[in-house]
Amino acid sequence: MKHFTKLVLGAALGAALAGATPAFADLKMGVAAEPYPPFTSKDASGKWVGWEIDFMNALCADIGEKCAVEEVAWDGIIPALQAKKFDAILSSMSITEERQKTIAFSNMYYNSLPVLIGPKGADKDISPAHLKGKNVGVQVSTIHAAYAKKYFEPAGAVIKTYETQDQVNADLAAGRLDYILADGVTLDDFLKSDQGGCCEQKGAVPYDEAIFGVGVGLGIRKEDTALQAKFNKGIADLAANGTFAKITEQWKLTGKLKLPGAK
Amino acid sequence: MRWEWLPDYLPALAEGLLITLEVLVVSVVAGFALAIPLALAQVKGGYLARKLAGAYCSYIRGTPLLMQLYLLYYGIGSLFPLIPGARENLMWLIRLDAIYYVILAFTLSFAGYEAEIMRGAFLSVPGGELEAAEAMGMSPGLVLRRIWFPSAFLKVLPTLTGEVIGQLKSTPLAFTVPVQDLMGVAHKVMQDTYRIYEPLLFVALVYLALTYVIVQAFGRLERLVPQRRSV
Repeated sequence: MKHFTKLVLGAALGAALAGATPAFADLKMGVAAEPYPPFTSKDASGKWVGWEIDFMNALCADIGEKCAVEEVAWDGIIPALQAKKFDAILSSMSITEERQKTIAFSNMYYNSLPVLIGPKGADKDISPAHLKGKNVGVQVSTIHAAYAKKYFEPAGAVIKTYETQDQVNADLAAGRLDYILADGVTLDDFLKSDQGGCCEQKGAVPYDEAIFGVGVGLGIRKEDTALQAKFNKGIADLAANGTFAKITEQWKLTGKLKLPGAK
Repeated sequence: MRWEWLPDYLPALAEGLLITLEVLVVSVVAGFALAIPLALAQVKGGYLARKLAGAYCSYIRGTPLLMQLYLLYYGIGSLFPLIPGARENLMWLIRLDAIYYVILAFTLSFAGYEAEIMRGAFLSVPGGELEAAEAMGMSPGLVLRRIWFPSAFLKVLPTLTGEVIGQLKSTPLAFTVPVQDLMGVAHKVMQDTYRIYEPLLFVALVYLALTYVIVQAFGRLERLVPQRRSV
C-alpha cells in the first residue's frame, strides 16, 4: 500500500501542477533493440511496428495509459527493468519460473511453438537421437537454449549459443549449423527471406511446459501489483472484444499463435 | 552479494579462462612474429612492400577490432558455402570453429599494432652499430638476428607489456561470435541467474590477476638483460 499511496499522491500533485489534466506519467515499455519480426521491428522510417506494438497500443488505449517504446539490449533487459529504466518488458518474453524468481508477469498474451529448422531436402526426423553429432544453434538464455540443453545435448548434439537470433540464422545459412531451434513464427519470416531460402521448417518439438511455460507476458517489477492488475484486465478486455484476433489477422498470423481466451 | 551460483559455474568459468588464455597467447606470439617482417618491409623494403605494409597497418589500426572480427567470421567465413561443391568436400572449412576466426582476427590485429611499434624501434637503433656489424663481415640476416632485432626488441619491451595487457582486454570480443571465453561465461551466468555484480566482480578479479602476471613476467624479462639506464 505504501507505494500505492505514494503513487496517488504523486499523481494528484502532478495533476495539480499540470493544470486540469489528471494524466498519469507515460508508461515506458522496454523493447529489445534487435528486430524480432513480426512482433517487434523497425520499419524503413525507424518507427517500431509489429504484432506486439499493435497489441501495446490496443492495451494502452484500453487501460487509459500513454505508452512509449524504450529500446534496450535483450541481454540486460531484466536488470534494466529492475533499475526502473522503463515500466514493463514488451519483448516476447516467455513467462518462466526461473524469471518469476526475479520479476512478475502479466497474464500471457500469446504463445507460439518452437520449431527446428534445417537445410532443405534432408529428412524431417527431429528426434533427439537423430541430432547426435549435429550442430544446433540457439540464442543465449532463451527457452530454446534451455530446451536444447535439456533434450538435445544429452543426446549428443553440439549446442552453439549466440547473442542474437540474426547471428544464429546467418550461421545456419552459412552452413555452420545443421539445425536451429527457435520461435516458429519469427523464423517463418526468416525462411521467406533470401538468406533463409536454404532451409525449411522440420517441425515443432514436443512441448515441455516446464521450459516453454504458459506463454509470453509483460514483464513487470514485483512491487508493481497495481500495474499488473491493470495489464491483466486490459488483456482480458482485448480477448473478449476480439482485438487479439483482429491484430493477429492483420499480421497474417492466424492459426500460428495461441491467444488469451482461446480454448 | 550472493555466490551460491559459483560452484555450479566454476568448470565453465575455468574452460572460459582457458579459451581466453589460448586466444591471448597464440595471437600475441603469432602476431609478434608477423609484425617483424611487416616492420622490416616498412623500414628496408622496396616501394611496393613499404606501401603494402603501411596500408595494412593503417587498416588494422584505423578500424575497430570488432569490425575486423565480423568481417572475417560473418563476412569471409560465410562465403565458403558458395564455393562449388563446398558443402560436399569442404565441410571442415565451413564448420571451422569460431575460435579460429577469433585467433586469426586477434593475430592480424596484434601484428598491425606491433609492426608500427617495431618499425620505430628498428629505426631508432643507431646506424653506426649496424655499420660496425656489417664491417665485421656479418651477413644482413646475421646483423638482424644478432644486433638489429635484439636491440630494437629491448626498446619495445616496456611498450609490449602494455600492448599485451590491451590485447587481454580485447579478448571478450570473442563472445560476439559464438566463442565462450571468460567474459562469455560470465555473461551466461548473468543471464541464467540474473545476478549482475557478482559474476562481473569475479571476472574482474581474474582479469586483474592475469594483468598482474603479465606485468610481473615482462618485468622479469626486462631485468634479465642488463641495460644502461638513466635512473
